[in-house]
Amino acid sequence: MLTFAYALLFYIAAAVLVGGLAFRIWEYATTPAPLKIPTTPAPRTRGGVVLRLGREVVLFESLFKANKWTWLFGWAFHAALLVVLLRHLRYFTRPVWELVVLIQPFGIYAGFAMVAGLLGLWGRRLLVPRVRYISAPSDHLMLALLVGIAASGLLMKFVAHTDIVALKSFFLGLIYLDWQPLPPDPVLLVHLGLVAALMIVFPYSKLLHAPGLFFSPTRNQVDNPRERRHLAHWARELEAGRS
Amino acid sequence: MEQVKDPDRSEGELADPLEIPDLAPGCMAASKPYVAAPEFQKALGFPGELVENWQDKAIEKMGELRDKYRSFRVFLDSCIKCGACTDKCHYFLGTGDPKNMPVARQDLLRQVYRRHFTLAGKYVPWLVGAKDLDEQVLDDWYSYFHQCSECRRCSVFCPIGIDTAEITIAAREIMDSVGKGAKYSNEIIGKVETIGNNLGLPPKALKATLEDLEEDVLEETGVAVRFPLDEKGADILLVTPSADFFAEPHITGLIGYAKVFHQVGARWTMSSYASEAANFGLFIGSYENMREIALRIRKAAEDLGVKRIVFGECGHAWRVAYSFLNTLAGPFDFLDQRYPIPQHICEYTYDLIERGKLKFDKSKNDHIRLTFHDSCNVARGASMGKKSGDQFEIPRAILRASCNHFYDMAPDTIKESTFCCGGGGGLLTDDLIELRKKGAQPRMRALQQVAEEHGVTHMAAICAICKTQFSKVLPMYGFDMEAIVGVHQMVSNAIILDGSSQKSDGNEG
Repeated sequence: MLTFAYALLFYIAAAVLVGGLAFRIWEYATTPAPLKIPTTPAPRTRGGVVLRLGREVVLFESLFKANKWTWLFGWAFHAALLVVLLRHLRYFTRPVWELVVLIQPFGIYAGFAMVAGLLGLWGRRLLVPRVRYISAPSDHLMLALLVGIAASGLLMKFVAHTDIVALKSFFLGLIYLDWQPLPPDPVLLVHLGLVAALMIVFPYSKLLHAPGLFFSPTRNQVDNPRERRHLAHWARELEAGRS
Repeated sequence: MEQVKDPDRSEGELADPLEIPDLAPGCMAASKPYVAAPEFQKALGFPGELVENWQDKAIEKMGELRDKYRSFRVFLDSCIKCGACTDKCHYFLGTGDPKNMPVARQDLLRQVYRRHFTLAGKYVPWLVGAKDLDEQVLDDWYSYFHQCSECRRCSVFCPIGIDTAEITIAAREIMDSVGKGAKYSNEIIGKVETIGNNLGLPPKALKATLEDLEEDVLEETGVAVRFPLDEKGADILLVTPSADFFAEPHITGLIGYAKVFHQVGARWTMSSYASEAANFGLFIGSYENMREIALRIRKAAEDLGVKRIVFGECGHAWRVAYSFLNTLAGPFDFLDQRYPIPQHICEYTYDLIERGKLKFDKSKNDHIRLTFHDSCNVARGASMGKKSGDQFEIPRAILRASCNHFYDMAPDTIKESTFCCGGGGGLLTDDLIELRKKGAQPRMRALQQVAEEHGVTHMAAICAICKTQFSKVLPMYGFDMEAIVGVHQMVSNAIILDGSSQKSDGNEG
């Protein structure tokens, strides 16, 4: 019963995450950007834009300019999350990829960095009046969700081990449609439940900042309006009526 | 509720331009511009006054904008509420009103967007801060979307690149579409579209003004510098903000352009039909109105048969010209493709300086110790020259060529981090004077710093709005109103005119 419930939950969560994100990306990609609005100074070439976006994605360049504390906590959280996610690939792959093996020793401590970053961000949200003012309940809840995921994960790693071999069989079973029983550890159930919740809210929440950044016209446009005429389809139609 | 520190604080005690004020909720709620009269609304294709079912109409418009503008959709979805922008807006720094924090300003619109266009907002509005559009919200929109000068400073610092200007522009477009427009911008757009310039100067008055200028310059310099109007067959069409025709210090800048053209024997003209570089269509987010104004420039260029278009000193005009003109009114295949289309007067002058075509007597500006205020729309919404960032270097190079004493203000208050003058984005109106004064505070403090450290006496800018705004607010902060100058005003002071080479064409205007 438990196995069935979680299997179903993860199928739904995965479908919502993938389908929902694909839909958002389709929406963003098909909505025209009728005017050239890169925040200047901006790169004059496509390659320059790739570098600019790359710096935003990897280094959080603009956030660094804005606020060093927010940058530190935010960057630490995201970098740690990436390492943790990569480490978790070992539960979904057989044989385990080499990169994932290499990252294993760091992955464990990245969990702590993740929590530290999240708590730092939450602290700012609670203590800095400006940030508190702009926070809705959902902003706190999102942090709680992420802290819950990280904390329950760390708990399993360092305190209450779960049957990791059985868990891996469960997930491989999900992938290859050959269901295996899920270990009924409470901490594991909480961890997985929160992860599924995160996957489900992703396409319906501010987590859309992840795809959003790539579609942000102030960051992804080439600064060449004088050299190349930029025209949206609806503007072209408007022009058709030009006298 | 006065949050601004006394601008006349005792000498020696220098205020930090970036000092973050305590939150003073609602202290600017009453600041709002006059509503446009029905006749001006209708002239632009908007309802005359607030329509009966304005809620539904506004939501409908919001949906339309969401489908037409990727920026609007992505920016409304993507804000993380990280707070990076919260201390970046000059109006927040000057007032302390939390709704002037860029994210909070966006949220005024985002709360309604979430209520109607997101799943969470529809079913659990309290959780995500979603709200119905009611009169209170509309009131907030009208107040606070007219406390954003669309200067894009917040967009520099946003990790996602969210530009509050795009949200403000959309909000104003929505309000216009339900019949609640601001008098200042909408009246002015009407004047450009009927008469040809923001001031409503008819061609005859314009011609007379320019003839007077020719006399003045002849008297002053002994050189017959011309100010041609509507001269067919000229090579260059100069499009400049109409304030250049009569306002101080703007007009001295116009004299500067004319002297540069004269010195190199350029065949140039202005147009009475397109006697305005400014394009307030940008401020109200109306693509249609922005395009109509841009098309006047195209028509003038075609009718006069020019080969090039050069823009005078105006910030948002340059944004529309550099970033949008090709889109709105292009392609300009009838112009000489060897030159940038359009070109900024600073690019034009800088190129001549580089090629050694202009000579300056810098000592003419020795009574001036100068700094440069990067105008927001030039700094963050446009560019110049060949390299990214040339919009900062070119005006400074011109100033250094024409003046011996130049000092930049603090690095985090110039170039891409520059502050708006406090009067941009359609807010340059007396009904918003308190806002304009408070919004100027960060720039005034930065100026105060270089005044103390380097004895700076004057600040140059390449924007008609900046010039007008600073003329008004400088005295409120203890400076001389004439401390604001144009870049080509400095050029005009120092350029050495070759008296014997007056080869201006004989065409009478």
